[in-house]
Amino acid sequence: MLWVDKYRPKTLDKMMVHEDIALNLKKLVTEQDCPHLLFYGPTGSGKKTLIMAVLRQMFGASAEKVKVENKVWKVNAGSRTIDLELTTLSSNNHVEINPSDAGFQDRYVVQEIIKEMAKNRPVDARGKKGYKVLVLNEVDKLSREAQHSLRRTMEKYSASCRLILCCNSSSKVTEAVRSRCLNIRINSPTEEQIVRVLEFIGKKEGLQLPPGFATRIAVQSNRSLRRAILSFETCQVQQYPFTSNQAIPPMDWEQYITEIASDIMQEQSAKRLFLVRGKFYELLINCIPPVIILKRLLSELLKKLDAELKHEVCHWAAYYEHRMCLGQKAIFHIEAFVAKFMSIYKAFLIATFG
Amino acid sequence: MAPLQQSNQPWVEKYRPKQVKDVAHQDEVVRVLSNTLETSSCPHMLFYGPPGTGKTTTALAIAHQLFGPDLYKARVLELNASDDRGINVVRTKIKDFASIAVATAVRQGAYPCPPFKIIILDEADSMTEDAQNALRRTMETYSKVTRFFFICNYISRIIEPLASRCAKFRFKPLPEDIMSTRISHICNEEGLNLDDEALSTLSSISQGDLRRAITYLQGAARLFGSSISAKNLISVSGVIPQDVVQGLLAACKSGDFELANREVNNAMAEGYPASQMLSQLFDIIVQADDISDEQKARICSKLGESDKRLIDGADEYLQLIDVSSNTMRALCNMPQEFSY
Repeated sequence: MLWVDKYRPKTLDKMMVHEDIALNLKKLVTEQDCPHLLFYGPTGSGKKTLIMAVLRQMFGASAEKVKVENKVWKVNAGSRTIDLELTTLSSNNHVEINPSDAGFQDRYVVQEIIKEMAKNRPVDARGKKGYKVLVLNEVDKLSREAQHSLRRTMEKYSASCRLILCCNSSSKVTEAVRSRCLNIRINSPTEEQIVRVLEFIGKKEGLQLPPGFATRIAVQSNRSLRRAILSFETCQVQQYPFTSNQAIPPMDWEQYITEIASDIMQEQSAKRLFLVRGKFYELLINCIPPVIILKRLLSELLKKLDAELKHEVCHWAAYYEHRMCLGQKAIFHIEAFVAKFMSIYKAFLIATFG
Repeated sequence: MAPLQQSNQPWVEKYRPKQVKDVAHQDEVVRVLSNTLETSSCPHMLFYGPPGTGKTTTALAIAHQLFGPDLYKARVLELNASDDRGINVVRTKIKDFASIAVATAVRQGAYPCPPFKIIILDEADSMTEDAQNALRRTMETYSKVTRFFFICNYISRIIEPLASRCAKFRFKPLPEDIMSTRISHICNEEGLNLDDEALSTLSSISQGDLRRAITYLQGAARLFGSSISAKNLISVSGVIPQDVVQGLLAACKSGDFELANREVNNAMAEGYPASQMLSQLFDIIVQADDISDEQKARICSKLGESDKRLIDGADEYLQLIDVSSNTMRALCNMPQEFSY
């Protein structure tokens, strides 16, 4: 098992970061009726871990017995029926789905599942009816209509079903939905916290950590705990015992983008653009999201530029990324950004050096 | 399996005023409607104003006070945006309900029970224009037996023919002192401890929206127990602490791009939503005395553009860095246009 999964805290008590949030959540779940929850925060900050721990707190160990199902729903939408297929993760007491997988028909999926959950509610030993929990991932990718239809459903079925929503950015969740949930912001762990977790894992695995090694991993991880643990494990596989000056391998796609950036800086011509295009295709084929490519490329380019150019380059990066999410084909916009950058940079070079 | 406890009602519902005269701070509306209660005559009404000022509350309260619990079901139709409200519903459901004849006024106890029905259309600004047009004739034809109450945030989204058929009432945002009295009333009822700082923080972060204030209060009470500090309220509301926003602004003023970049990265890692950052930045900039009008204009035009892009789903980091770089250029009087 990967360390990321092996050392994922299972209960709210064992949290090593966000202890205060965990404590409050525990109080909330044990003491009284739990409201709908909305977790938001950057990737690798521990949203999912907290959600799983909350479920465990609610339902005990049975929450961990999950099965993967590929369900097909028949949905009556006005005059026609639609077949929808979606993968769900479910236990006796909760269902977890990724509604954005259903594309623009996500609205039906959400309503259908909630209705179904409301129909077969679990009954406890004393014959009281309990509630189920629906975990929705990536709510920020949910369509407007689905979010609108959620708000009525959230109120109507609140006795039989609790929602736990999870997203990266709460600004893409409508105000109406946000105001019906208890919002919980999960920030990225600080570097000290990451170091503490790494040292904990090191101790458990019986590894010798040279001083400063964990700190270096933490600095490179960009405050993402998942990434820090993954690269820690990679280091261990590559070379153990650790040496204090051991290089921490960057992700290969990041290295690739660094290469692209230096290609662009070296020569600004149509020929070079053509060469770079191939490399971008390579990245896209390997399922690196275009937004990530663009952001990484920007940060690589910013390292090498004069202050004056930085403003301009930032502006165009924001401009092309916006167009990218409105448009269809990402490669056009990435390439347009590179072409724009080349023209700015060339003009700058000519103006300064003649 | 988790035990199911008595689901506690949202406080917004629990403390919703039951009578028109209890509605806070909307004096003209209350006066007109109290008059209605006595004479039991009533025009079509249009309530508009920002969220959380009591529009729906007023409409529901007047309906309850007119008809009482027995007749309420038969006489009042309530539709809001989550119900289907396309043109078909207007043609069938609303029309059918509107056309039902009613008995003459028979006073039942404390309730006047006037001889008409009420249709409450909540969030009417989200109705399509076609649906609104289909209502025009219905309103007139059945005006003897039916009154319409439209409730909306933006009166400009209600088509003129409808608006001109109604008596219009604007609901004002609640000032801080009235908000504070309401909140302290709820705190007393629920046994909460709120110091003065927390109370004024709550009034300022909810910006005249009483519903939002109560929701925050309940969230904080659920998460942190009965004594609530200003910091707890801020963490529940999703408002960004002032020093983070000031930090970003200070970085922009310094003219150091790397510093601003670090601040933006930090804000993203802390999970603060970019749209909230933009709106708080906007508040500070508009009110600042040491920024010239031209600089403000330059900054705000970019803020607007980025806000739109965020709605389109653009990446938060890139938009925020773009805004900060633009703000920096404006504040340090660097040229806006690229000079090469």
